[in-house]
Amino acid sequence: MTAAPLTAAPLTDGEIAAIRAQFPILGREVNGHPLVYLDSAATAQKPLRVLDAERAYYEHENAAVHRGAHTLAAEATELYEDARRTIAAFLAVDENEVVFTGNATEGINLIATAIGIASSRRGAGADFSTYALEPGDEILTTELEHHANLIPWQELAARTGATLRYIPVDDNGMLDLDAVPALITARTRVVAVSHVSNVTGFVTPLERIVPLARAVGALVVLDACQAAPHLALHPRALDVDVAVFSGHKLYGPTGIGVLYGRAAVLDALPPHLFGGSAITTVTMEKAHFLPAPQRFEPGTPRIAAAIGLAEAVRFVTEIGLDRIAATEHVLAERLHAALAEIQGIRVLGGSAVPAGERVALASVVVDGVHAHDAGQVLDDQGIAVRVGHHCAQPLHRRLGATASVRLSAGVHTTVAELDRAIEAVAGIRQFFGLEAATTAGGGAS
Amino acid sequence: MSGLESLYQQIIVDHAKHPHGVGLTAGEETSHQLNPTCGDEITLALRWSADGEHIESVAWEGAGCSISQASASLLATLAAEDAAAGDAWTPVQLQSLIDEFREALRSRGATPLDEERFGDAAALSGVSKFVARVKCAMLAWVAAEDLLQRRAG
Ligand SMILES: Cc1ncc(COP(=O)(O)O)c(C=O)c1O
Repeated sequence: MTAAPLTAAPLTDGEIAAIRAQFPILGREVNGHPLVYLDSAATAQKPLRVLDAERAYYEHENAAVHRGAHTLAAEATELYEDARRTIAAFLAVDENEVVFTGNATEGINLIATAIGIASSRRGAGADFSTYALEPGDEILTTELEHHANLIPWQELAARTGATLRYIPVDDNGMLDLDAVPALITARTRVVAVSHVSNVTGFVTPLERIVPLARAVGALVVLDACQAAPHLALHPRALDVDVAVFSGHKLYGPTGIGVLYGRAAVLDALPPHLFGGSAITTVTMEKAHFLPAPQRFEPGTPRIAAAIGLAEAVRFVTEIGLDRIAATEHVLAERLHAALAEIQGIRVLGGSAVPAGERVALASVVVDGVHAHDAGQVLDDQGIAVRVGHHCAQPLHRRLGATASVRLSAGVHTTVAELDRAIEAVAGIRQFFGLEAATTAGGGAS
Repeated sequence: MSGLESLYQQIIVDHAKHPHGVGLTAGEETSHQLNPTCGDEITLALRWSADGEHIESVAWEGAGCSISQASASLLATLAAEDAAAGDAWTPVQLQSLIDEFREALRSRGATPLDEERFGDAAALSGVSKFVARVKCAMLAWVAAEDLLQRRAG
C-alpha cells in the first residue's frame, strides 16, 4: 500500500509535446514570456476535449436529469450516469458508491454533516447509529491537513461533544507515525487523513494508520485531492471508507467533485441536504429517501461538469496513471535536487524524494523575502506558482513559516519549464538586493 | 523587469527593510488588519494631540510582504512629516488622504498618487497595476480608516 513501485516508463518528450498541444492555455504568454504553469496543485488546466465534452452536452442533450420522460431528458440522464460509471471504473468501485459533489471541500462537509445529523438521532439506514458521535468519542486528523479536512471535523466535534485529536508532524513535515498507535483507541470513531500533502507533496504511509483505525472500527476518511492527479487511486485497496477529490485538480471543470463512500456507509448515513430528486415518497409530514448516491444529490446536479470530469478521467486514463507517476517522479527528483542547491532558500519537508513517496511539488521559503514578493518575481517571468499558506496554516506554523511559494507540476510540465522556474527561484534574493544565490551542479541552465 | 521595478521601487524596498513608525504602546487603541490570503498583518494606532483634534503620529507593528510593510512605514512617515511641518492631520484630512489613496490604487495605473500630497508614499502608485497586491498596500490605510470610523461612530 506504500507507493506502488514505479515500473512504467516516463512519458517521452514527444508524448509530452502531444499532451501539451491539447491544452489551449499553454499557448499563451504572461508578461511577455511563454506561460510556465506550476500551480496544478491549486487547479489544473483543462485539455480541449474536456471543454468540448461539456459544450457538446449543452449543444445536443441538455435537460434536467432523473426528472423527465422526453428524449433529451433520457439522453442527459444516460450521459450523467455514464459519467458516474466512468468515475467508478477509475476508482475501481461500484457506481452506487460514487456521489457527485461540488468539490472536495463539499465532500468532506457532506460526511461530517451527515455524521452530525446521525448524532442527533436522525438516520436513513437502520444502522446509522454506528456512525453517531457522542461526548467521549474521538475524531482523529493530522497536523498537516488542508483546512478542508480540518475545520469540518472541528465543527463536528463542537456540535457532538466529541474530541478532536491529531497526529503530529515532525520537523521534516512527516507524520509522526510512532505517535499513531497511542492516538487510535477504542474511543476513536473517525480518522480523517490526507493521501498526499498539498504542502510537502509527501504520500502518507496509510498502511501505518488505516489498519489501526480498522481494528477499532473507526470510519476512515481520505482526502485524496492531491493524490488523484498523480497516482492510481483505489479506495478499496487502501481500505478506506470514504475518499474525496476535486475534479478541477484532475484536469476537469470547476464545480464538480467526487465522494466515494463504501456502500454500507452511504446506505446508513442520512442526507446532508434536503430536497427534490433524492426521495421516493413525500407527504406533508415526512419524506422517504432514495438509496445512495441519489440520496446525497438533492436538486438538479452538476450535469455538464460531471460529463466534463468523466472526459478528464478518460484523458488521464488513456495516458496511464502509472506513466504519469513515473514522469512526475523524474520531475520531482530534478526539482528537489536543484532547489537543494540554491542558497538562502528552504524547502518545506526537505529534499528527499523516495520513489513513489512524493509527488512533483515543492514549497519553498526564501530567506528575507516574503512569499508574496517571491511569487511576484516569478509571475513577472510568466511563471505561475501559488504563494501563501495553501490553506494549511497549522502545518506552516509547525514548520516555522507563515507562507511559502509552491511549485507544482502537471501532466504537461516539461523539464525545460522546471529549469526555467528553478533559475527564477535562484534569482529571487538577488532581485531584492540580498546576497546572490548560487546554483551548483548545473541544475538550472 | 520594468513592470516589476515600478512595483518594487527603491523607496519601497528600503522602507520594507528599514520600516519607520514601528512600535506600539501597551494598552493604546489599535486596529488589527489581516490579509487572509497571504497572512499580511498590520496593527496600527493613531496618536492624537492633547486636544484630540490632530493626529501627531502613526505607530504600527506588523509582518508580511514588502508592499504591506512599506505602505505602513510610508503612512507613518507621511504623518510625521506633515506634523513636523505644522500640518498635523485632522480626521477629515486623513480620511480624504485615505480616499485618494484608495482611488489611485484601484485605478489600474490611470491615476497616480500626487507627490505633493503623498511625498515618498507616491511611490506606491506602481502597485495599482498589480491588482492582486492592492490589498497589501491598503492594509495600513484600512487600519487608520477603521480607527477614524470607531472614533466618529
Ligand atoms: C489536500 C487538499 N484537500 C482539500 C482541498 C480542497 O479542494 P477544493 O478547494 O477543490 O474543495 C485541496 C485543494 O485546495 C487540497 O489540496
